[in-house]
Amino acid sequence: MYKYDEYDHQMVATRVEEFRDQVRRRISGELTEDQFKPLRLQNGLYLQLHAYMLRVAIPYGTLSGAQMHLLGDIADKYDRGYGHFTTRQNIQYNWIKLDQTPDALAELATVEMHAIQTSGNCIRNISSDQFAGAAADEIVDPRPYAELLRQWSSFHPEFLVLPRKFKICVIASETDRAAMRLHDIGIKIVRNDAGELGAQFYAGGGMGRTPMIAPMIRDFVPLDQLITFSEACLRVYNRYGRRDNKYKARIKILVHELGRDEYVRQVEEEFAHLLTQPIEPPLAELERIRAHFTDPAFDPSAPDDLDLSDPDFRLWVERNTTAHKQPGYVIATISLKPIGGIPGDASADQIRLMAQLGRDYSFDELRVTHAQNIVLPHVRKADLHTVWQALDGAGLATPNLDMVGDIIACPGLDYCSLANARSIPLAQKISQRFASPEKQAEIGELKVKISGCINACGHHHAGHIGILGVDKKGLENYQLSFGGSEGADTSLARITGPGFTEDGVVDAVEKATQVYLANKQGEERFLDTYRRIGMDPFKEAIYG
Amino acid sequence: MKILTGNDLKSGAVVWWTGVGWSLDVNDSADVGDHGAAIIAREEGAQNVFAAYVVDGARTDEGVRPSHIKERIRALGPTVRPDLTLKPSDPEAVNWVI
Repeated sequence: MYKYDEYDHQMVATRVEEFRDQVRRRISGELTEDQFKPLRLQNGLYLQLHAYMLRVAIPYGTLSGAQMHLLGDIADKYDRGYGHFTTRQNIQYNWIKLDQTPDALAELATVEMHAIQTSGNCIRNISSDQFAGAAADEIVDPRPYAELLRQWSSFHPEFLVLPRKFKICVIASETDRAAMRLHDIGIKIVRNDAGELGAQFYAGGGMGRTPMIAPMIRDFVPLDQLITFSEACLRVYNRYGRRDNKYKARIKILVHELGRDEYVRQVEEEFAHLLTQPIEPPLAELERIRAHFTDPAFDPSAPDDLDLSDPDFRLWVERNTTAHKQPGYVIATISLKPIGGIPGDASADQIRLMAQLGRDYSFDELRVTHAQNIVLPHVRKADLHTVWQALDGAGLATPNLDMVGDIIACPGLDYCSLANARSIPLAQKISQRFASPEKQAEIGELKVKISGCINACGHHHAGHIGILGVDKKGLENYQLSFGGSEGADTSLARITGPGFTEDGVVDAVEKATQVYLANKQGEERFLDTYRRIGMDPFKEAIYG
Repeated sequence: MKILTGNDLKSGAVVWWTGVGWSLDVNDSADVGDHGAAIIAREEGAQNVFAAYVVDGARTDEGVRPSHIKERIRALGPTVRPDLTLKPSDPEAVNWVI
C-alpha cells in the first residue's frame, strides 16, 4: 500500500489546521454561511437532509486495517455508530457536528486519510478495480497509476475550479469491475503489440441526467506521458466545458456536442503543445510509487484446496469469493447487503471486525467496491472458513454477491437533500421479496441499482434492472429500466414505461425475473436474455 | 400554515421556529404567515441557524405536519432507522412520514 511521504503528511496536516481555523471563524460569526459553504465543501463537509455529512476519500478503494479500524472509531466517536460506503469507494458519516469535524479530520490524518476533494468542481477520488493486485485476469496492478494521478490531481491549481466535478477511474483488466466507461475519464492499462505497458483513454462517460458511455479517445498512451495526456484532456475540458449551465457542464456534454473526433483533435493538439513543456513526472517517481504496491509475501506452499463440507460455508464460497492470481489464496467479498438491510451501511463494530480480519488474514489490506461491499483481497484458502465464521457471527456473511439481493442504492430521500424519493426502503423490500437462497440461485446474476434522483448516485442507468425514484405531485414514484451494464459490455438501461408505486415496482421486478426464467437459454444471465429477446415480453408482463 | 425550518450551526440538526426560538420537534412549530423572510433574515444574521426556509404545513390531530414528504422525513429522521428518529421508542413513527 502507498505510504505518505513528508509532503503528503504536511499537505493534509496543513489543510486540517486551515479548516479548523475556518470552522472557528464560522462559529464565531466571522464567516457567513455563504462564505463558509465553499470552504466546508472543499473539505468534504456537506449539509444533508438531517445534518452535516462528512465524505471521506478512500483512494482507489484501498484501505489498511488501521485505516478501516479508525473509520469504525470515527463512526462511534463523532457520528452515530455507523458509516455508509458509497458507489464512489468513499465512506460517508451522516451526523457529523461542525465543531467536531476538525478533530475527526485530524484523527483521519493520523492514518493518512482525508476528505479533501470529495466535493466541489474538482478532480474527485480516483477509483479503481477493487480486485487490483489480486485479480487473476489483470495485466498489472492499476493502483500505482491511480496513485500517480491522485498526486497529480491533489490541489492541482489549474483544476480546482473546473466547470463541474470530474471523476477518473483506472483499471487494468478486460473485466471491468469499476464502471470505467461511465467516468469522465476512464483509463485502462494495456500492453501494445511490442509488449509495452501504456494507457488506453476513454473520455466523456457518466451517469446523471444525461448518461453517456465514454468513447475511446486514444488506444495507447506511453506510461511516461500518462500525466501529460491527462493534463491535455482536462485542459480542453476546462477551457471549453460549459459554465453557464450546470446541467450541461460535465465533460460528457462537451465530448458529445463537439463530437468525439473534434474533442480528440483538440486534445492531441494540446498534448503536442504540452510535450514541449516538460510537465511529466520522471518515471522514477512512478517506480517509487510502484514499490508501494508489490505483492505481499504470499506463501507459495499454501494449500489450494478447501473443505466445503459445511453447506452454508460452501454457498458463501461459491457466491462471494473470486479466483486469486496466487494459488492457495482467494479474494473474499463481504456483502454489506444483508436481507432487508441498508445497502452499504456498516456499524462501527462491523467496520472494526472487518479491519481485524483484514489485518489478520489479508495482509493488512481491504478494499471498498463501487457496489458498496468490502473486499478482503488476499485470503489464504486455509483461513477462509475461520474468516467466514467471524463474518457470519457479525451478520456479514450474506452469500449474495452480484445476485438480486446485492443491490446498489443511494441514500435517497432518507438522507439526501437532493433526492426525490427513497431508495433504501425499496432495496429492502426487493431484498426481502427475493430472500430465498434457492430463488436467488435460480435467477443467478442480476444487478439491481436504485437512485433516488436523476443524479444517479445509485447507478440506475447501469443496472440490469435500474430504478429511478421521482417526485410525482408530492408522491414517490419509481421508473423502471432494463438492460444496463457497467462491465466490459457497458450499456445504458432503457425505461420500460410509466412509473410505479414502491410496492408496484417490487412486483414489476418479480415479474421481470419470471419473464427471464421463462425465456432464458442455457447459461444466460438476466441481461443476456433481455438483450436477446428485447423489451417487449417484459413490458407485456409488467403492464399487460 | 407556513412553518419555518433551518439547521443548528454547530450540530447541523434540523430545527423549527416556535415563535420565540428554535425546537428540534416539528410539533412546536409556529405559523409564521408572511413573516418567514423577516424571521430568517434576523435569525441567520444572529447566527442562530443557517440554511433556513419556509415550508407548507398543517396542524393535524397528531401535531404539525409538513406538507411534503421530504420535509416530513426531515422532521422525523430517516425512515429506515427508527432508532435515529425523534421518536425512537415509537414503532409507528415512520407511518406519519408516508
